[in-house]
Amino acid sequence: MAVTNLPAVRIHNLGFKYSGQEHLFLSDLNLEIAVGERFGLFGPNGAGKTTLMSLMTGLLRCDEGGVELMGRRVRASDKKVNRLFGFVPQEYALYTELTPVENLQFFGAWAGMSPRQIRKRSAELLGILGLREVSNKAVKHFSGGMKRRVNLAIGVIHDPGILFLDEPTVGVDVQSRLGIVEYLQSLCNNGTTLIYTSHQLSEAELLCERIAFIDEGKIVACGEMKALLATRGQHDLEGLFLSLTGKEFRN
Amino acid sequence: MKLWATIRKDIRILLRDRLGLSLMFGMPVILVIVVTSIQNSTFQLLTKKNVTMLLYNHDTGALSAQFAQAVRNIGMFRVLTVPEKDSKSVVSAMRVNDAMLALEIPVGFSRQLAVRAKHTAGKALNSFGLDGDTLTGPAGVPDLVNLYCSPSFQESVRLSVLGSLSGTLQAMESRLVLRNVYVAINEKPLPDSVENEMLNAQPGIKAITTGNGNATVIPNATQHNVPAWTIFAMFFIVISLSGSVIREKMSGSFIRLKTLPTNYYVALLSKQITYLAVTTLQAVVIFAIGIFLFPYINLPVLRLPSHMWSLLLVVLVCGWCAVNYAICIGVVARTPEQANGFAAISIVILAALGGLMVPSFAMPASLKTMMAISPFHWCLEAFYRLFLEGGGIADVMHNVLLLLFISACLQITTHIILKRKNLI
Repeated sequence: MAVTNLPAVRIHNLGFKYSGQEHLFLSDLNLEIAVGERFGLFGPNGAGKTTLMSLMTGLLRCDEGGVELMGRRVRASDKKVNRLFGFVPQEYALYTELTPVENLQFFGAWAGMSPRQIRKRSAELLGILGLREVSNKAVKHFSGGMKRRVNLAIGVIHDPGILFLDEPTVGVDVQSRLGIVEYLQSLCNNGTTLIYTSHQLSEAELLCERIAFIDEGKIVACGEMKALLATRGQHDLEGLFLSLTGKEFRN
Repeated sequence: MKLWATIRKDIRILLRDRLGLSLMFGMPVILVIVVTSIQNSTFQLLTKKNVTMLLYNHDTGALSAQFAQAVRNIGMFRVLTVPEKDSKSVVSAMRVNDAMLALEIPVGFSRQLAVRAKHTAGKALNSFGLDGDTLTGPAGVPDLVNLYCSPSFQESVRLSVLGSLSGTLQAMESRLVLRNVYVAINEKPLPDSVENEMLNAQPGIKAITTGNGNATVIPNATQHNVPAWTIFAMFFIVISLSGSVIREKMSGSFIRLKTLPTNYYVALLSKQITYLAVTTLQAVVIFAIGIFLFPYINLPVLRLPSHMWSLLLVVLVCGWCAVNYAICIGVVARTPEQANGFAAISIVILAALGGLMVPSFAMPASLKTMMAISPFHWCLEAFYRLFLEGGGIADVMHNVLLLLFISACLQITTHIILKRKNLI
């Protein structure tokens, strides 16, 4: 029972710098995300969103503090930790020479699924994400929206409890975006914890309950979306975003 | 399950990469056929009368006619007798007749040869204490014949031609010397039977190819080139495989692989198994071409070694070494351009150092020590032990162990770099 009371993600006193940097890029970060929560992480380009996501998924190693997923400390290539989550990176994390089915077969096997489980889950996902008719075509012939949907399907093939999404709808048409958002909402309804970054703030309004804004390596605001909007006297996320991070260009 | 799924993924990607496949199979096959054909024609250059020689005989004496016939009898040249012309027109006549050589017998050849023979015979008689003064003539006779060579004629072949002509001329002169000495001593001509017995009984040279006692393979262009360029083909996969490793490393899929509960070594092991199968298949294809296609294109047929298990072992070990080299380059390089450039150039350098392009015995001493770092050298030596010397497993074991050592070094390097780059 104690396990269920643990947060899905716990970040404590986290500090990180890239090699060659003198000062910490991320410093003194503290954050907890509850199980089943829909959490949005926003900030300007270069604010540290993708870096933070890489630290949460073990792709980068913390210099200070640490990250825990379901009470387990995140370490690079830790099999037990890696079983807990799914990751949909910003890039197309798939083999374009292969078909969606072949991609799901391969990544499903790497996630530790049996061939029978992979077959069943693939059929389900391809149907939900509207890819059944093209399931045996090489992904390289797909449009950007279709590739994004395959990218998402691979990230959830093993039905992870925690799902990290780094700009999952960038560069896709309205139909594909709606399809992806609807599917993510259905995942949340089934208890999946969602940690999401995007510049599509209208989409985030549909998806997220709690949000955090990160700027220059620090969390500048964190809380329930409605409460934050009210505190700052804003009507939408875009206004809130600009009020917290300013209008200057970021390089 | 994970390994099998990864192997299936790698095979699928490989089979859909037509350009990569043509590079790995098509190019080496073309290379083997072209290089073997060229080397075969070089082997046959001096044995099948492929060298055209123009013959200008300005002399009217009997000895020049005998010499011309002796040159024809050498068997190395296709001799075209050309009407008398001045020396200036020789070069243009060579171009017109596509001749690499022209032999000019000048006016007075017969007389000069006779004078030289008399002079030598006289000196010989004097040294015996007999009176040879009547035979002595002027010493320091100028060159007897002129040989014109095309500038594109290889130096080694030119020396071989000079040796043959010189030997022929020497034999004629010896015959005349013998006649002169005989007449001077016996005051009658040398009988033909005695002359032939003395001059035609040349000392015999038996050429013996070294190797195992039961070796029956005669070295030829095929036996030399097919194994050599099979190794080159195996190492040619470095371009494709290192590119595959680096593309995967740079793509988003690698990020995903790192976040899944499977070690990246599974991916590397899969690549090793898949590409080892490719190198083995390359060897099978190239050997099959040597056996079945070569006879149809007038090339010597490839004779496989009798120790087939040893051959399989050498093919697998050479292939594995090539695969490890490719993976190491793929892990070290940061971009596909770096990997492709380094892979292509390093293969050529290692092949040259390994003795694929120039025989290792002909290399300078400084490069001979560097030969040891080239896996090509150990691969080639192992193949030659089997294909040319009729060797068995014991004969190739030294090379196999060295190749395994090189492979182990490459694996350790790969592991260290993967760790250092935080890729595993």
